[in-house]
Amino acid sequence: MGLLTGKRLLITGVLTEASIAFDTARLAQDEGAQVVLSSYGRVRRLTERIAGRLPQPAPVIELDVTNVDDLAALPERVGEHLDGLDGVVHAIAFAPEAALGGNFLNTGWDDVATAFHVSAYSLKALTTAALPMMPDGGSVVGLDFDATVAWPLYDWMGVAKAALESCSRYLARDLGKQNVRVNLVSAGPIRTMAAKGIPGFEGLAAIWETRAPLAWDVADAEPAARAIVALLSDWFPKTTGEIVHVDGGVHAMGS
Amino acid sequence: MALSQQEILAGLAEIVNEVAGIPASDVQMDKSFTDDLDVDSLSMVEVVVAAEEKFGVRIPDDDVKNLKTVGDAVTYIEKAGVTA
Ligand SMILES: NC(=O)c1ccc[n+]([C@@H]2O[C@H](COP(=O)([O-])OP(=O)(O)OC[C@H]3O[C@@H](n4cnc5c(N)ncnc54)[C@H](O)[C@@H]3O)[C@@H](O)[C@H]2O)c1
Repeated sequence: MGLLTGKRLLITGVLTEASIAFDTARLAQDEGAQVVLSSYGRVRRLTERIAGRLPQPAPVIELDVTNVDDLAALPERVGEHLDGLDGVVHAIAFAPEAALGGNFLNTGWDDVATAFHVSAYSLKALTTAALPMMPDGGSVVGLDFDATVAWPLYDWMGVAKAALESCSRYLARDLGKQNVRVNLVSAGPIRTMAAKGIPGFEGLAAIWETRAPLAWDVADAEPAARAIVALLSDWFPKTTGEIVHVDGGVHAMGS
Repeated sequence: MALSQQEILAGLAEIVNEVAGIPASDVQMDKSFTDDLDVDSLSMVEVVVAAEEKFGVRIPDDDVKNLKTVGDAVTYIEKAGVTA
């Protein structure tokens, strides 16, 4: 019996095989889960191609997490494939170029607002959209990059991650009575499409080479995916509002 | 039997057309994906994934960087030993 036998999951954020969400979907299927993926707009076809590389084919529904119509249609679209949900994975982030890369003091509100909308508010939007499909409770897991400190060049994406951390705590507060758990996995740097869009990514990766007590591999999303699978399972039944660090231990080191 | 350069080029042109909407006849050996054909990085990822499937090859990220022109990609796929 797998860790996720019988679990029905919606997994967002599969873009390439390097995506953290791809390894999550792969491991979840291996552990017995039924998986529906979501993607949006022009990248949807790419997600569909990549979905074909999972152990089992997974349907892909349309979901731009900033689009209210897509959010409203979520239960119906997921409902075509699953009769309910036990878990949702939020693996979505985006910041416009002007919000990253060392222009912190000059970034305008519009760019910051986009980063917040896609990367932080979307956790609330996705969770409440999926809520009608989780009448008996469930597990929501999002992906974080440690927002307790300032990083080189990460800029407004870092501020959006701080908002994401807070957002998950408030969701945990409000959804506990419905037995919905909300947690984040704070991952170390992994070379995905999103990461390539961060100008200082190689610099961040270099920090991990010197500071991580456990050897860190930027090409391997599986450690983060394993933690997500664990949080989706029944093995963290009383954990909510938590941030699990899968960063080789960097967050705990002074230098 | 191994595919000829012409056959690989034709297959690749079909993919570039499907992914980026560029007329297949514009996809020639000397054309640069980014400069001549306006294939952006996201479309390039999709072209690579589709080419991997069509030609049964693996094109690792580190190699994708070196595929500047259509000819580079055709030669790469040819060397990767495609048979049909
Ligand atoms: N890669 C890292 O180093 C790292 C480290 C810690 C946390 N994270 C987080 O992991 C999550 C997944 O990113 P990844 O690194 O796997 O990269 P990725 O590029 O593979 O995934 C990012 C995803 O966000 C999706 N997305 C963007 N805008 C969207 C929108 N409006 N609606 C729906 N989907 C949208 C994209 O389609 C893509 O699938 C992100 O939250 C990211 O911040 C990444």
